[in-house]
Amino acid sequence: MNRTFDVAIAGGGIVGAACAAECARAGMSVALVERELVGSGATAAGMGHIVVMDDSAAQFALTRFSQRLWHEMSAELPSMVEFEPTGTIWVAADDDEMVEVRRKHEYYAARGVRTEILDQHSLREAEPNLRLGLAGGLLAPEDAVVYPPCAALYFWKRARDAGATLISGTVAKLEAGSLQLAEGTVIAAGVTVNAAGARASELTAGVKIRKRKGHLLITDRYPEFVRHQLVELGYLKSAHSVTSDSVAFNVQPRRTGQLLIGSSRQYDNESKNIDHDILQRMLERACAFMPGIGPLSSIRAWTGFRAATPDKLPLIGPWPESPGLFLATGHEGLGITTSLATARLLVDQIAGRPSEIAIQPYLPSRSFTESHV
Amino acid sequence: MSEEISIQVNGRAIMVPAGATVAVAVTMAGDVCRTSVSGEARGVLCGMGICFECRVMINGHTHCRSCQILCAPGMEVVTGKSGAP
Repeated sequence: MNRTFDVAIAGGGIVGAACAAECARAGMSVALVERELVGSGATAAGMGHIVVMDDSAAQFALTRFSQRLWHEMSAELPSMVEFEPTGTIWVAADDDEMVEVRRKHEYYAARGVRTEILDQHSLREAEPNLRLGLAGGLLAPEDAVVYPPCAALYFWKRARDAGATLISGTVAKLEAGSLQLAEGTVIAAGVTVNAAGARASELTAGVKIRKRKGHLLITDRYPEFVRHQLVELGYLKSAHSVTSDSVAFNVQPRRTGQLLIGSSRQYDNESKNIDHDILQRMLERACAFMPGIGPLSSIRAWTGFRAATPDKLPLIGPWPESPGLFLATGHEGLGITTSLATARLLVDQIAGRPSEIAIQPYLPSRSFTESHV
Repeated sequence: MSEEISIQVNGRAIMVPAGATVAVAVTMAGDVCRTSVSGEARGVLCGMGICFECRVMINGHTHCRSCQILCAPGMEVVTGKSGAP
C-alpha cells in the first residue's frame, strides 16, 4: 500500500522520534520509518546526559536551548524516562584545569547559566568516592540524566497521540518527495527527513558524517556511590581530538543505583564488537579518578556509533542538493540533549516560522572547516 | 552430613550442613535474596551462577551470588529485606 504524508522521517532514534512529535503536533501528517525498535540504535547505546556544553558558541546555544526544552517537559515525562536532575560536575585534576573551571564558570555566567566552582574540599564532599588530590571542579546544577530509549519511546507516543504513523521497515532510498522501503513500498511525502544518525550518509550521498564508535559499561547497583554526572575536564581535550582514539572519565548515576561508565571515541572502527584494549583503557581512566570502581561488578559492556560531523555541530535543515529533503543528524555525543531543539528548529524551517535561536550554524549548506584541538 | 555450622542471615543464627551454599541458608531462613528495581522478590533461579538473581551481601560485600558460595562458620549474610542493594 503506497501512502502520502506531509512528512516522512527516516530513522526512529531519539532525534527522529522528537521530530515526528514536533511535526505531528504542528498539524502535519507524519510517517516515522524505523527498521528495528524506536530508540534502539545509538539512542539506546548512549548515556542520556542532558548537558550544556561550550565547545563553540553554536554548540552552547543549541544545548542551552534544548536543555530548557527538557526542563519545560520534565513534569510530564513518565517515570520510565528516569529524568533525574543530578547536575554535572566537571572534575579538574590540577591547577591548569582549575583555570579552565573559572573560564567556563564566567562563560556560562555571562550567558545566564548558573554554575558553582568547587574547591578540593567541596568536591570531596560532593563526591566522596573521587580520589584524593583532585584540584576541584565545576558544578552545573541544571544538567540532568535520562534513560534515552524510553525518552525516545515517549517522544514517539507524543507523535502517535498527535496522529503520526510508525512504519516498520528499512529505508532503501530517500529523496525529495518520497522514501522507498527495501521491500518496495513507496511513501510519498511533501518533506522527507534523513534522521538516520551515523548511517545518514548511506541514504544521502555527500552528507559529511563519520561513525565514531563508543563503549559503555554498566555496573550492578551501588546506590549513593556517585551522585552527579561526573566528567573529567580533560574530556574537552580527548573528545575534540578528531584523529586518535581517546578515552575519558565519564560516570553517570542511574536511578537504580547502577553506574554507567564511559567513555571512548574511535574513528575507522565500524565493528560492533567490544575493543578490549580501549575498554581496558576506559576503565583504567575511571579507576584513576575513582579507585573504588575497581572492585564493583559490571553487568554488561556494549558499543554504539555516534554520527560525527567535521565541525562537531549537527546538520539541521534542507539538503541543498535536493530541496524537499531535510537532514536531522550529525549530533555526535549530544543527540539526547539536543533532540528537542533539533525537532523545534526542523519544524520551524518546514513551517517557515522564525526560530528562537539562530539556525545558520546548523544548516547543511554551511561550509565545513575542520577544527582541531 | 553430620557436621553443622552456624551462620547469620539478617542477624539470625541459622544452622546448615557443612558444604551447603549460602542460597540454602537463605532459603532455610525463609527469606528471599533481594528485591528487584520494581520491588519484586528475587531468589535462586538457575542455581549455577548465570542468572544473578540470588545476589546477597556477604560479610559486607554486595552482589555475591549465593548459589556459588559455600557457608563458612560465622559468615554474615544480609538480603534485600535488610537493606542489601
